[in-house]
Amino acid sequence: MHVRIDHLTKRFGDFTAVDDFNMDFDDGKLTALLGPSGCGKSTMLNMLSGILPVTEGHIYFDEDDVTGMPPQDRGVGLVFQNYALYPHMTVLENIAFPLEIKKVPKTERLEKAKEMAKLVHVDTLLDRRPGALSGGQQQRVAIARALIKEPRLLLLDEPLSNLDARLRLEMREEIRRIQLRTGVTTIFVTHDQEEAMSICDKIVLMKDGILQQEDAPQELYDDPHNLFVANFLGNPPINNIEGVIRDNAFVTRDSAVTIRYRNFSKDLPEGREVILGIRAEAAIISRDETHDFTGRIKSRYTMGKEELAFLNLGDQEIRVYLSTEYEDKPGEDANFHLRSKGVFLFDKETGERI
Amino acid sequence: MRADRIRHFFVYFFLIFGAVIMLFPFYWMISSSFKTAAEYNSFPPTWVPSNWLNLDNFVRAFEKRNFFVYFLNSVIVTFCSVALTGIVTILGAFAFSRLRFPFRNAVFGLLLAFMMVPFEMLVITNYQTVTRMKMVNSLPVLIIPFISSIFYTYILKNFFDTIPDSLYYSARIDGASNWKYLWRVMVPIAKPSLVTIMLLNAISSWNSFMWPTLVITSNRYRTVQLGLFTFMSEAGSDTKLQLAASTVSILPMIVLFLFARRYIVNGVARGGLKG
Repeated sequence: MHVRIDHLTKRFGDFTAVDDFNMDFDDGKLTALLGPSGCGKSTMLNMLSGILPVTEGHIYFDEDDVTGMPPQDRGVGLVFQNYALYPHMTVLENIAFPLEIKKVPKTERLEKAKEMAKLVHVDTLLDRRPGALSGGQQQRVAIARALIKEPRLLLLDEPLSNLDARLRLEMREEIRRIQLRTGVTTIFVTHDQEEAMSICDKIVLMKDGILQQEDAPQELYDDPHNLFVANFLGNPPINNIEGVIRDNAFVTRDSAVTIRYRNFSKDLPEGREVILGIRAEAAIISRDETHDFTGRIKSRYTMGKEELAFLNLGDQEIRVYLSTEYEDKPGEDANFHLRSKGVFLFDKETGERI
Repeated sequence: MRADRIRHFFVYFFLIFGAVIMLFPFYWMISSSFKTAAEYNSFPPTWVPSNWLNLDNFVRAFEKRNFFVYFLNSVIVTFCSVALTGIVTILGAFAFSRLRFPFRNAVFGLLLAFMMVPFEMLVITNYQTVTRMKMVNSLPVLIIPFISSIFYTYILKNFFDTIPDSLYYSARIDGASNWKYLWRVMVPIAKPSLVTIMLLNAISSWNSFMWPTLVITSNRYRTVQLGLFTFMSEAGSDTKLQLAASTVSILPMIVLFLFARRYIVNGVARGGLKG
């Protein structure tokens, strides 16, 4: 199902949690609502599910305006962060509960519940109660319960944040598998950029209730519209270097280093205070005399197949990857090229991309 | 090590001492109801009746008066009281815990303040009310005035408050109404709390004495406790008959407690939620 939101706004008193959103969620796709805590992503989810009333704007499921529709009529499935399983019911009863409410005959609903349990791989745990399940198993049961009534839209609120690191990896693959298998339009909320990047078709990045950018994960990474987007995505985080534009080149704020870059626009605003973003993998050491900039190696840390080096650019410090084959010692200067991807200029004041 | 053992010795000594003081009256009551007249009146006292199967006192106690009727009245009153109070308490607690309505907290605060009014004061006004309603000398008069209990509602509301909102919203999205959610989710989860409330209610209803004395004068509607009281004059000096009747009167509460204890202790573990 296609979901469209139109000038959607939510205010709590004076506080605007979601500010004038216009967006589409594509049919059959997995979309992440990504952002730091308090950015309004859960509020958005709750408005989509109908738990929270909308202040302004409209929500459309395909052609239907569901803005004022009560949650139970919207045909959505929702998985809460704490899973919200009913502790007194068995796994099977939990999964079958939505059908029990719909008064589906008992044999039929149990049959269906078993089928769902099989889909999420909990079919061996049917008689257990939630208290006797691990976090990952509870998660699976919660997903099965959300899917059993064949919702038009599946909403997942921070589905992985209560799991330990290894299980998190496993469950995010599972969510993707189940989503592809059922083809249900899915929106999931997360504050973890890696989670969003790894399994989603599209990421909607939010901050303070305002849409920052919506794009496919790789687009978001390669082409951030502003400094916030660039900083939020990527591990290690992108390097931010403060400086000014002089003569169509970037000069660090203490004038120690000048960076010329072929992909800079030809008419950069002279004298503008800017922030240069360089991803750690965007700088590569130069074997010959040609280079885009020079930095002094401060320290090196091995990461296995490569090393992470800290460079001094004047009084500022950046992180870049170094191949282990280079033996430059800390304290030495090294020349670097910049790749065509992963280098961005932002206005210092507004954070907008230049 | 040594100091520990001495400490343990004293701890257990005092615990056992306390237990003996607590249990002795019960032992005396129960054992005496099996004694013969000679055993009961002997001095020094007989500690153990010669025949534990001597049911003579029980038989005579039941013959003496409509003890069976009293017993039945008590059972009816207690059962109805527990059931009705339970329902009213559940509905009240749900409303105060989950529903939003104007002045909810103010109303609840006011109710809590009412709890400070002593029972004895209410007795007078309640008595006037039931006399005017011509309810005196009936079984409902023992039940209806106590149907709503602020105290029980307060306990249950507090428990309901601990059930996370996400369960509620989850059920709502699945299409469950408030009513369905209450009975299918909240009540089963709150079972330990509910059993505790019902047990307390059953005990106070079974043991209530002051109110029945005031409003019941007819033999037909006497409860066990009233019956025991009148028994004192009727059985005269035959204390062991009274003790046999008393033994019978506490029996249901003991059975009830043994039965309900399992639910209180084995309360549903609060699984199914993380975070």
